[in-house]
Amino acid sequence: MSTYERSMALTGQPPKQMTTTQKLASFLGMSGLFILVLAALNVEFPASGWWLSASLLAISAGIIWYSYSAYAGKHKGIKNDGVWFKSISSQGFWGWMAGVALTGFYIVLYFYPEYLGLAEKGDNTGVIALFDPLSKLLSGNPASQWFVYGALYTVAILAFGIKFLWKYRHNRYEIIRTISVMFFQTAFAFLIPEFMARLNGDKLNLPYYDLKNIWPLNYYNFEAYRVKSFISSGDIGLALLIFGIASVFIISPILTFYFGKRWYCSWVCGCGGLAETAGDSFRQLSDKSVKAWNIERWVIHSVLVFVTLTTTAVVYSYLGHDTSKYWLTKSTFLYGVVGLLTLVFGWAMLFKRKQLAKDAQYGAIGYFVIIIALVGMHLYSEEGHIFLFKSGTLRKNYSFLIGSIFSGVIGTGFYPVLGNRVWCRFGCPMAAILGFQQRLFSRFRITTNGGQCISCGNCSTYCEMGIDVRAYAQKGENIVRSSCVGCGICSAVCPRGVLKLENGPLKGRIDSQQVLLGNDVDLMQLVNQK
Amino acid sequence: MLKVLSLGATELSQQTSTMEHIVIIGNGISGVTAARHIRKLSDKRITIISAETDYFFSRTALMYVYMGHMKFEHTQPYENHFWAKNRIELVRGFVNRVDTENKLLHLDGSRQFSYDKLVIATGSKPNKFGWPGQDLRGVQGLYSKQDLDLLEINAPNKKVCQRAVIVGGGLIGIELAEMLRSRDIPVTFLVRESSFWNGVLPEGESQMINEHITEHHIDLRLATNLKEIKADENGRVKSIIIEETGEELPCQFVGLTAGVSPNVDFLKDSGIELGRGVKVNRFLETNVKDVYAIGDCAEQHEAIGNRRPIEAVWYTGRMMGETLAQTLCGNRIEYKPGHWFNSAKFLDIEYQTYGWVFGARGRKENEAQFHWRHPQEKICLTVAYDKDSQAFLGINTFGIRMRHELFDRWLTEGQEVKHVMTHLADANFDPEFFRTYEKDILHAFSEHTGESLTPKKKSLKRIFQSL
Repeated sequence: MSTYERSMALTGQPPKQMTTTQKLASFLGMSGLFILVLAALNVEFPASGWWLSASLLAISAGIIWYSYSAYAGKHKGIKNDGVWFKSISSQGFWGWMAGVALTGFYIVLYFYPEYLGLAEKGDNTGVIALFDPLSKLLSGNPASQWFVYGALYTVAILAFGIKFLWKYRHNRYEIIRTISVMFFQTAFAFLIPEFMARLNGDKLNLPYYDLKNIWPLNYYNFEAYRVKSFISSGDIGLALLIFGIASVFIISPILTFYFGKRWYCSWVCGCGGLAETAGDSFRQLSDKSVKAWNIERWVIHSVLVFVTLTTTAVVYSYLGHDTSKYWLTKSTFLYGVVGLLTLVFGWAMLFKRKQLAKDAQYGAIGYFVIIIALVGMHLYSEEGHIFLFKSGTLRKNYSFLIGSIFSGVIGTGFYPVLGNRVWCRFGCPMAAILGFQQRLFSRFRITTNGGQCISCGNCSTYCEMGIDVRAYAQKGENIVRSSCVGCGICSAVCPRGVLKLENGPLKGRIDSQQVLLGNDVDLMQLVNQK
Repeated sequence: MLKVLSLGATELSQQTSTMEHIVIIGNGISGVTAARHIRKLSDKRITIISAETDYFFSRTALMYVYMGHMKFEHTQPYENHFWAKNRIELVRGFVNRVDTENKLLHLDGSRQFSYDKLVIATGSKPNKFGWPGQDLRGVQGLYSKQDLDLLEINAPNKKVCQRAVIVGGGLIGIELAEMLRSRDIPVTFLVRESSFWNGVLPEGESQMINEHITEHHIDLRLATNLKEIKADENGRVKSIIIEETGEELPCQFVGLTAGVSPNVDFLKDSGIELGRGVKVNRFLETNVKDVYAIGDCAEQHEAIGNRRPIEAVWYTGRMMGETLAQTLCGNRIEYKPGHWFNSAKFLDIEYQTYGWVFGARGRKENEAQFHWRHPQEKICLTVAYDKDSQAFLGINTFGIRMRHELFDRWLTEGQEVKHVMTHLADANFDPEFFRTYEKDILHAFSEHTGESLTPKKKSLKRIFQSL
């Protein structure tokens, strides 16, 4: 794909080369990565703590030095010059190369960790062994491929976070939001679980738990082994289990009501954190077509149905029949799930039907019927299976298809090709739930500033979620879309001050009226007549 | 190159042969808005003719294509399938002549095209004031898609273009300077006025923009006129001469951005009354029946309020399109624009205006102004009010976003300046967590008027009250 269509290529091209400093910075970062590659190829590094430090430092320093060179000497303001001329950020050659490399990394990470040096028994080798000293320092245990991944993930969010802070230093919303994702990644996703592992012993047997990782993003949170470890870990374990349930049913609905789903997706979530920092250079690559939007709605809601079925099946499979042993039995649980789904579905259909488009209604009815039918079938079917499948099969398929392929290989590996929020937009079931609530029951909206829009398209271009923001702004409509993660970049890049993310009264939040101010009042009434 | 897009012509013409055929010349914001609203209101046959591009794009966004923020496709607000879906026929061609007697358009000197009602929405063209050398290679304006393509050839990078000179200090001039600077091309910016855009902006604001232009390493020459453009042996620009000093500046590119004027040359013998633009009455009707004009190319017989007879502004083009659609669909109404507003961006500084704030030149006797500027940052505002009645007249803000709806409401209500100044927090439209300056501003205003005022806290209830 070409980056710029020129009518005549005789007289030269727009500048897109890196400066010498930027080349040096890139080289420094790459040399840090190169140490890791060498380690993965089983080159022995003595005193591995030093080499690991050198590698991580070189990577961070490279990124930060590059950012300094790119932004520090310039005036504060929007820094998108040449984005579509550079091969890496416009689906050019380097973009595809980066995509292939990232995808390859994820395939090895998920499916062939032995190539990274993971040892079932005995000492780790390769790149995982390189990370052993850090892991032992934090949790006392040797590293796993997930520790390596977590450490690199955190380094990426921190270093690219600093880049982002530099780039958007004129924008306090972006600054505070980015510090938030950097903090939650470092503390909640990386350090706290490692310290929790250190606490484990005779009395405590806590599973690895990133507290901000909420079901259904964390689809395995209520599996048998985890629930057992929670329950067997006394008050702390029970508190964590209750927190896990409360964050799904109480905490997140309340926060989403007040602030929209952004409180999670672009302030707290790790997937969002990586997308906003390391993925920021690729946000313009998301597809804005109506077709992509249609695909998005079907795929993401299918994943939500899939994860609901899977979790129900998994929990069901380890519950008992006897009420005297434990109050929650197989059938109480199942009826509970059906009851809850019916309640939510009924509420949306009764009170919010007007706010749903026709196809959304059909989709909702379709999914609801499927779930009810499956549960019904189950109640009349034989023991050992749930619905039509074994719960184990369902779980394994979900973990493979969604947990690994979709969220990892495609979700992050394809950053430079499909944009930085592919997973969040098309796959994340948590985003689907929060989005459903954001659309129907939240104070959040992006307000369009009267008639000031000039349809330039910066907002749509830089929307990582592929929302055609301009389509609303140029009509004077508020933007209330379930997929909006509230990153605030549309508002930042708008040259005319048209967009503002804000929380306000529910009344009049979604107005399909075309309120283009500056016009004759009588005319506006005529235009708004349907 | 002729290209009829989107619709199976035969099928459509059979279906709609009895339907009134509205032909719109020009696919800019005015023509396209008119077409969209006619479609909403009726089943009439609609054709848009454009010589410039196949599809509607946002003219104001062309700069971002050169700067690499967007690709040209991104400037197109509607996907390509939109037009067929809404039964708006698109024709690519240049109208040479309008025959109003037979209701015929002559395209590209070969094709003929008939209409029942004709809407002229042909926009503007860059001004050229007869400077010697103004048609040399390497000299151009910046208005159309073709201008953008030409710029990509004339000034692709700093190797080909070692210095650019821009003539004319208005909104397009400063945009062109920003564009060229994004490719590190050295720019000399000749501005006729003694301070940037001070025909429109009050002194303090104009001065701040002067400083901002200079800090972006643009060689700003105020009170400086172009005398002539000199050619090399190949007919390319090689330098310019400055009127005042006689200084010769070597350059490879000259951007002419001294305003625009209506693009109406093709109408000369059509019998349609022309002034500088197409003369229209308040109903946007020309002197010829069934011929209308909207947008940049329309000229009101008499200016409306403080507005100019010709308004080359995105928003007014859009409003005229909406208004004319009503008229064409059987509800004949006047063009009655509401309170004036506008916006622009000067390099990194956003500018918004609501109501009327005049520069030194246009200021009326009764207009008093209060100006506040941040001690360090490039942030300022000017509030205009009536000396006698204390009524709020308008506001200019730089580096602070304001809520359009609120100012529109205050202007309609005829609020006093005191009310506006104490309620500024309601009107702030900056992103969340931005520093606010309402207190500082009100403090300065209190000193300015000698009356001590206390700011009102931001109230969601007041902000959203009209909903």
